Amino acid sequence: MRLHKTIAMAALALGIAGAAQAQTTLRIGLAEDPDVLDPTLARTYVGRIVFSSICDKLFDIDANLKPVPQLALSHETSADGKTVTIKLRPNVVFHDGEKFDAEAAKFSLDRHLTMTGSFRKPELGSVASVEVVDPLTIKLSLKAPFSPLLAQLTDRAGMMVSPKAAKAAGDKFGNHPVCAGPYKFVEGVQQDRIVVEKFDKYWNKDNVHIDKIVYLPITDSTVRLANLRSGALDLIERPLATDIKTIRSIPKVKLTTAVTIGYLGISINLANGPAASTPLAKDPRVRKAFELALDRDAINQVAFNGEFVPGNQWVNPQNFYYQQSVPIPKRDVAKAKALLKEAGVSGPMTIDFMVPNNPELRQVAELIQSMVAEAGFDMKIRLTEFATSLKEAEDGKFQAFLIGWSGRTDPDGNIYSFAACKQPQNNSAYCDAKTDADLNRAREVTDPAERKKIYEAVAQRMIGNNEGHVIYLYHARVLIAHVERLEGFTQMPDGLVRVVGLKLK
Amino acid sequence: MLSFLGHRLLQLIPTLFFVSVIIFGLQQLLPGDPALIMAGEERDPEVLAQIRKQYRLDQPIPIQYFYWIKGVMAGDLGESMRIKKPVSELVLEKLPVTLQLASMAIIIALTIGVGAGVISAVKKDTWLDYAANIFALWGISTPNFWLGILLIFLFSVQLGWLPASGYVSLGEDWRQSLATTIMPAFVLGNAIAAVLMRHTRGAMLQVLTSDYVRTARAKGLVERVVVIKHAMRNALTPIITLGALELGTLLSGAVLTEQIFTIPGFGKLIVDAVFNRDYAVVQGVVLVTATTYITLNLLADIAYVLANPRLRG
Repeated sequence: MRLHKTIAMAALALGIAGAAQAQTTLRIGLAEDPDVLDPTLARTYVGRIVFSSICDKLFDIDANLKPVPQLALSHETSADGKTVTIKLRPNVVFHDGEKFDAEAAKFSLDRHLTMTGSFRKPELGSVASVEVVDPLTIKLSLKAPFSPLLAQLTDRAGMMVSPKAAKAAGDKFGNHPVCAGPYKFVEGVQQDRIVVEKFDKYWNKDNVHIDKIVYLPITDSTVRLANLRSGALDLIERPLATDIKTIRSIPKVKLTTAVTIGYLGISINLANGPAASTPLAKDPRVRKAFELALDRDAINQVAFNGEFVPGNQWVNPQNFYYQQSVPIPKRDVAKAKALLKEAGVSGPMTIDFMVPNNPELRQVAELIQSMVAEAGFDMKIRLTEFATSLKEAEDGKFQAFLIGWSGRTDPDGNIYSFAACKQPQNNSAYCDAKTDADLNRAREVTDPAERKKIYEAVAQRMIGNNEGHVIYLYHARVLIAHVERLEGFTQMPDGLVRVVGLKLK
Repeated sequence: MLSFLGHRLLQLIPTLFFVSVIIFGLQQLLPGDPALIMAGEERDPEVLAQIRKQYRLDQPIPIQYFYWIKGVMAGDLGESMRIKKPVSELVLEKLPVTLQLASMAIIIALTIGVGAGVISAVKKDTWLDYAANIFALWGISTPNFWLGILLIFLFSVQLGWLPASGYVSLGEDWRQSLATTIMPAFVLGNAIAAVLMRHTRGAMLQVLTSDYVRTARAKGLVERVVVIKHAMRNALTPIITLGALELGTLLSGAVLTEQIFTIPGFGKLIVDAVFNRDYAVVQGVVLVTATTYITLNLLADIAYVLANPRLRG
C-alpha cells in the first residue's frame, strides 16, 4: 500500500514537472502572406501583426488610440513644437544581445530616414535630424512642428532594430529581423509559416507566457475558419463579416471585435483628366443628391448583418475627432431628385463606377447602384482587379471609385494625403486653398481640442457642403476569433494581435 | 543516336530563347504599375521613383529584358521585389513541395484510374462497369475547390483525422508530411484518375477484342494472365503518354488546390506574384516550369527512340 502511494506521488510529481516544462505554442492564422519583415521596407498590414511580436516600438497605442510609452519612457515637445526629446527605457537588449540605447535608437531612426526604398521616410518626413543627448535620451529636431509625429512612432517608424544585425544584413535584414520585442524570429518560409520564440531577456518578460508563436498564412477565409474549428489554429484574424453568426455558435470559440480606424468610401473624380467632366464632378449639389440617395444603414444591414459602423467622415463616430456637427444625412430621394433638377440634370446620369473585384465590395457596389438609381444615377459598375484599379485611379480613368483605407491612429493619416493638393493619394485631384491651409495648420497644433476645431471646418466644407470628393460609407470591424483557452486577449482598434499578456490554458 | 541527341539539344536554344521573350513580353502586358502595387498604401512619389530605379522599371523594356536574361544566363533569376529574396531560392524552396504533391497525385491517379479502367473494360456492361463510369463522371465534373473544402470539413472539422491545411516536409516528419498532403493529392489525383479511367477503358476494350488476345485465350491461358500480361501491356502505352502530360501540368503548380490547402508550392507562389506584380518571381517560375516541360518532352522523345529504333533516322 505504502509502495503504491510512493509510486503514485512520484508519478504525480513527474507529471507536474512534465507539465511545467511542456512548451506552449500559439498558432495564428493570417489572412495574407506578410511581405518583407524589415520595419523600414515593410508595407503590408498583415506584416504589422507579425511585427507586434518581434519588434517593439518607441510608443504603442492604448484603447483610445493615445500614444503610450513602450521602448520610450517619456517624451517632451518644446514650446515651439520643433524639438521632441525622448527618454528611453533602460536595460533593454536586442535579440542578438546588443544593448538598446540612444545610439541604437538614432541608428534605427536614421535607417528609416535614409535607406533606399524606405517606406518610413515619408512618415518621418518632418524629422530634420536625430541627436544623442545622453546614453538614454534622444532629441528629434523637426523641420516644422508636426503633431502626428508621436502617432507615427507607434507604428513601424518607431520600431527599433539591432544596429549590428542591420549593418551586417543590409537590405536582407528582413530575412532574419533582429529587434527588441517579446519574441525572437526563428524562421520564415514564404507562404507557409513564420515561427518566433520567447525572448528570455525581454524587458517585460514576466508578462510573456507563451513559448512559441507560429504564424500561418491561410488566404481562404473558409479554410482559416475550418482550421480554427478543427483545433489546428488558436486564433484567426479577419474572418468574413458574413461568418460572424457561425463563429458565435461554435463552442469554445470567442469572437472579439473593435471598430477599425479605417473607412470605406466612394472617391469621385473631380479634376483628374477628361473622365472628370461630369456634373457629379462639377457641381456639389449633384454630389449632395448622390449622398442623399444612399442609405448607409441599409448597406450595413444587408452586406454586413449590421455589424459594421455606418460613417460619413474620415474617422469613425467613436473617435475623438469625429465632428458631431456634421451628422450622417438621412436618405431622402425626393430631395435628391429636387437637387438634381436644380442643378439642371435631366434624365439618368451615367457614371463609370470602378470597383475592385472582390465579393464584399461587389455587393456593396450593387447596393449603391440600386439605391442611387432611384434618384436618377445610372452607375455602370466596372469590376477591376485590385492592382489595375490603383493604376487606373492614379491615371484618372474613373468617375467614381469604391475604395477603402486601412486607417492611421492620428486623423492626419486619414485625410492629409487624400485631400491636400497634389498629394499622392489624392487621385480625385481635389484642391482647395482653405482646406490646404487648415490641414497644414492641424499638423502644427498640438492641443487636441484646437485640432478638432480646425478639422471641423474641413469637415463642414468637404462633407457638410459636399465640396469634397469622398463620400464615406462605413467603418469595418476588426474581427478576431480565438479559442476560449487563449486568455488575456484584448482587441485594439488597429486590429493587431498584441502577444504580451496572452496565456494558453 | 548521338547526332539525334545533339540535334535535339541544339533545337532547345532557340526554343528557350523564344520562351524567355514570350514570358517577359506577356508580363509587360499586365495592366497596373508594379511600383504602385508594391508601395501599397505608402504611396510617396519619391519612394516610388526609388523603387522604379532600383528594379529598372524606369528603363525601356528591351533594356529590362537584357538585364534579366543576362542574369538568367549567369544563373541569377533576379530578386523578389515583395520579399527581397532571390527568386532561385524561392524556386528551390517550393520545388520539393510541388514534386511531392505531383508525384503523390499521379500515383493516386494511376492506381485508381488504371485499376477502374481495366475492371470496367473486363466487366463491361456489369454493375462494376457502371459504377466505374459514374465515378469517372463524378471525378471529371467535381470542381477541385469544392471537393477540397468538403474533404476539409469531413476529415478535419468533423472527424479530426487530418490537418485542415499547411505543409510539413518529408524530411521533417514523414508521417505528418503524408497527413498534410494526402487530401490535396487526392483532390488532384481524383480529377486525373477520371480521365485516365476513361482512356484505359477505351484502350482495353479495343485490345481485348484484337486477334492476338483471342489467340491467347484459344491457347487456354487463364483470363487473369490474358488481361494483365497480354492485353494491359499494349493498352498502357497511350495511358503512359497521357499520365506524363498530366504530370507535366501538375509540376507547374496546382493553383486552386494549393490555395485551399495552403500548400506552399509553385501554384501559390505564382498566383501571389501575379497579383503583387512581382515580375521577377513570375518570370523566374514560368521559365523554370517551361524548361522542365521542354526537358520532359526531350526525355520522352529519347525514350521513344530507344523503344523504337525505326525513329532514329
